[in-house]
Amino acid sequence: MRTLIFRTTAPYLASLMVLFSIFVLLRGHNEPGGGFIGGLIAASAFAIYGIACGVPSVRRALYFHPMAISGFGLLLSASSGILSLFQQVPFLTGIWTTVDVLGVPVDLSTVMAFDIGVYLVVVGSITSIALTLEEREDV
Amino acid sequence: MEAILAVTVGIFFAVSIYLMLSKHIIRILLGVAIFGNAVNLTIFTTGRVVREVPPIIPEGVTVPPGITANPLPQALILTAIVISFSFFAFLLVLAFRTYQELGTDDTDGMRVAEPKGEELPPLGY
Amino acid sequence: MAAEGQWLTFLALILPFLGAAVAPLLTRVLKHNAAWVLALIPAFLFFHFAGFLELVSQGQAVAGGYPWVESLNLDFSWYLDGLSLTFILLISGIGILIVLYSGGYLKGHPQQGRFFSFILMFMGAMQGLVAADSFLMLFVFWELTSIASFLLIGFDHKREAARRAALQALVVTGGGGLALLAGLILIAQVTGVHSLSMLLSTGDTLRQAPLYLAVLLLVLGGAFTKSAQFPLHFWLPNAMEAPTPVSAYLHSATMVKAGVYLLMRLNPVIGGTPIWETVLPIFGGTTLIVGTLLALRQTDLKLMLAYTTVASLGLLVMLTGFGSEIAIAAAVLYLIAHSMFKGALFMVAGIIDHETGTRDITQLGGIGRAMPVTFGAAVLAAFSMGGLPPTFGVLAKEEIYAGLVDGTWAALLTAVAIVGNALMFTIGFAVALKPFLGDRVETPRPPHEGPALLWIGPAVLSLAGLLTALLSSLSHQFLSSPMASAVAGEQVSVSISVVPHFGLPLFLSLVTIALGLVFYLAIGRGRNVMAAVLTAIGWGPDRGFDQLYRGVVRIAAIVTGIIQNGRLDFYMTATFLALAVALLVPMIGFNELPAMPTFASLYFYEWTVLAIAFIGLGAVIYARNRLTAIVSLGIQGFAVALLFMLLGAPDLSFTQFMVETLSVVILALVMTRLRLSPADHRPLGQKMLDCSVAVLCGVALGLLLLRVSQVPFDAALSDFFAANSRVIAHGRNIVNVIIVDFRGLDTLGEITVVMVTGLAILALVRIRAGKPAANKDA
Repeated sequence: MRTLIFRTTAPYLASLMVLFSIFVLLRGHNEPGGGFIGGLIAASAFAIYGIACGVPSVRRALYFHPMAISGFGLLLSASSGILSLFQQVPFLTGIWTTVDVLGVPVDLSTVMAFDIGVYLVVVGSITSIALTLEEREDV
Repeated sequence: MEAILAVTVGIFFAVSIYLMLSKHIIRILLGVAIFGNAVNLTIFTTGRVVREVPPIIPEGVTVPPGITANPLPQALILTAIVISFSFFAFLLVLAFRTYQELGTDDTDGMRVAEPKGEELPPLGY
Repeated sequence: MAAEGQWLTFLALILPFLGAAVAPLLTRVLKHNAAWVLALIPAFLFFHFAGFLELVSQGQAVAGGYPWVESLNLDFSWYLDGLSLTFILLISGIGILIVLYSGGYLKGHPQQGRFFSFILMFMGAMQGLVAADSFLMLFVFWELTSIASFLLIGFDHKREAARRAALQALVVTGGGGLALLAGLILIAQVTGVHSLSMLLSTGDTLRQAPLYLAVLLLVLGGAFTKSAQFPLHFWLPNAMEAPTPVSAYLHSATMVKAGVYLLMRLNPVIGGTPIWETVLPIFGGTTLIVGTLLALRQTDLKLMLAYTTVASLGLLVMLTGFGSEIAIAAAVLYLIAHSMFKGALFMVAGIIDHETGTRDITQLGGIGRAMPVTFGAAVLAAFSMGGLPPTFGVLAKEEIYAGLVDGTWAALLTAVAIVGNALMFTIGFAVALKPFLGDRVETPRPPHEGPALLWIGPAVLSLAGLLTALLSSLSHQFLSSPMASAVAGEQVSVSISVVPHFGLPLFLSLVTIALGLVFYLAIGRGRNVMAAVLTAIGWGPDRGFDQLYRGVVRIAAIVTGIIQNGRLDFYMTATFLALAVALLVPMIGFNELPAMPTFASLYFYEWTVLAIAFIGLGAVIYARNRLTAIVSLGIQGFAVALLFMLLGAPDLSFTQFMVETLSVVILALVMTRLRLSPADHRPLGQKMLDCSVAVLCGVALGLLLLRVSQVPFDAALSDFFAANSRVIAHGRNIVNVIIVDFRGLDTLGEITVVMVTGLAILALVRIRAGKPAANKDA
């Protein structure tokens, strides 16, 4: 599998895919996309990178352990729901606010944080699964 | 349209169950993967189907202008796909580890939990 | 009644359980002297409830309680009338003595704290049982007494005999408790009430209900097991494995009377019918005779007493079933008398065992000089048991004969009662006289009087038997009459006194005593005869229990062997066959098969997608090598993704594409390592069988889906999401809004599952990584 071309292009392909996955994640609320799909795309990116350049380099690139990313995502999703408790609305009720960034109004919401959490859980878990299985190849 | 999908689902189920009835763990796993698709298609069909109108509200209006595909089964299936994938991966690793430990892919050879000819439990008090 | 009193009664009802919690700690600090402190608990109960005597003797009842789940009619409520109150006073009064006695009996035992704890737990359960008003409470406390009894019988759990006896008692009485539960539920169904106090005011409703017989049999199932009626009596003598305080308390004075209590409690609403008046005397009478005859056979003091307890319970059931007012009064008097004298005699047997080291009657003799107090208490209790004046027992016996003389089957039942009573007279005096009189026999330990903690119990109980008889008008006013009234469901006034009054009952008493003396002189021969008879019969319910127990284990092993045979393909076939049957049978049986569908015409590309899916499926089945199988699996997955795309589900389509890609990747990663062929190796016959099961399931599920799609669609939920997605949740992609907002909690659960599988896979692989190291160590 580790042909020269594949090994050369894989990092670029992977980074493009990760970028695309974030785009899919963020537009998900209005157009097709969202945390699950985005997460799967990013996970495939890391899987490809891993096949091409070996698992250790993916682990280096990720810096955190994939399951740690997953755990952080779950924490983010769960705590985005807790915020609603302060406004006397049920757990996980969406709260919206608009922030002005350099003159451009940007909608921020707990729902978005929740979706990012979903994204991180999927990325972390699936990447972890894929890397664990790929690592076997190297042993 | 639903009728054709129902027939399709029936075929999916039949194939996956046929695979799962095998004694070879790889074939069982293939069956499980197809079974997931069959179940997803079932949920999808029970929510009724329409052609090519995704449940997305166009820019500038508050409700969908016409008939769209039913969003609820889609939301259910979307998460189901991801979960069935992670379970598939789990089963795969489990099968792999079993093979490494027991050296067989035949379910008849996997008798660690329920060994053959188990003794009677003690009859005393 | 006043709220404060209500609070106190509640406290009284839960106090034994609190005591049970602190008893082990207290015993660790105070050793056996903890008995003096713990005896304060029953003492408090005794005096608290004695305060209600005045009110109850005027025919009123004390009721109270706290609601719990009102919509289900569950509450914690109590109802104290003459019946309950007399029982509570017996339980708490004898409880004081038993706690003290346990202090002496188990002095220095390492588990004494545990023992106190169990005894108090039992006391609370028993007290709750007789005080209970709501059916729920009645049942819960009923089973609690069984559990406490299990713990107490099995107290010495290192001996197999004790474990067996404990299990036996639990199975028999616990099983009876389940019958009672069913009975109570039926009663609630029939009458619509959920408490005893309300049930007592329903009159004839239950007796006239079509389900009366079922209710009666279930209630009797509960009562007869608890009160050890023949042929379910066998657990009671075996329960003598328990330490003697337990035998004295549970298996003579209190718990075994719970069944009688139940019969007495329900007598006003289910008693008095021909079947009641037939079944109870038959079982009671049989139990009386069998119990006394078996008692004759025994040489162990405790076993002799245990079998007479069985007999006494039979007598009580017989009298309760007889139904006349005097018979009920007799039952009440005998119940009170029995609790006192049998408790005393058991404690005497315990003292003898404790101080001489044996309780075999043939190994004992002439110890009376060394143990005067015990001897005195024993004789006094035996007087009561034998029905000799001036003890409470004589009141009971006179009333029994007075009650039985008129009524159906009077002659037969009277004869049964005479023989039974005569034999009890014999055994009572055998226990009270034989060990103490005659020549000294060498015992394992030299006999000497026990400490005060030991003899105080029997002494007080036998004196109480004397005093209650001498002050009979007072005891009738406060105990017997209110209790008999409660049992009969109408005003009953008991007036019998120790002063002899001439008549048939007195004559019958004399006959009994004469007969008893004859039996006493022939006790050795009687024992031999009974032993020979029992050896000839060979089989008994006790052996039957063993056979049942072993049979259950064997059958369970056989059934497990058949059902869980360890063959995965067998499990799978069974599961899917069951699925097909469960789907097809109702559909065909209720004529709910789908109508012949009209197949809409499809576009060419739609046909193509379906065709690709089918080709993929077929290729998976026929794949001969790994690569084909993996690729084919991918093909059917991508076809499904295309299908989603064509049917307006782009999100699903993308997700499916990604998942299929990843599936193919990880499958390839694993399968290249496995080097296994996915090809089919089944014989043709097996293939045909599997194929038919699979096709059957496929057809069933397909038909189900067809049928479902032919019923009108309720789009309320989907319409709600479509209408509110933009307005409330500010999102235009409805699917995504449902996932992250409307059904966010659901999604939270799902991503947790995803994460847990990730962790599980990691763990599965890590175990492997650790293994070689472990092997090196080994």
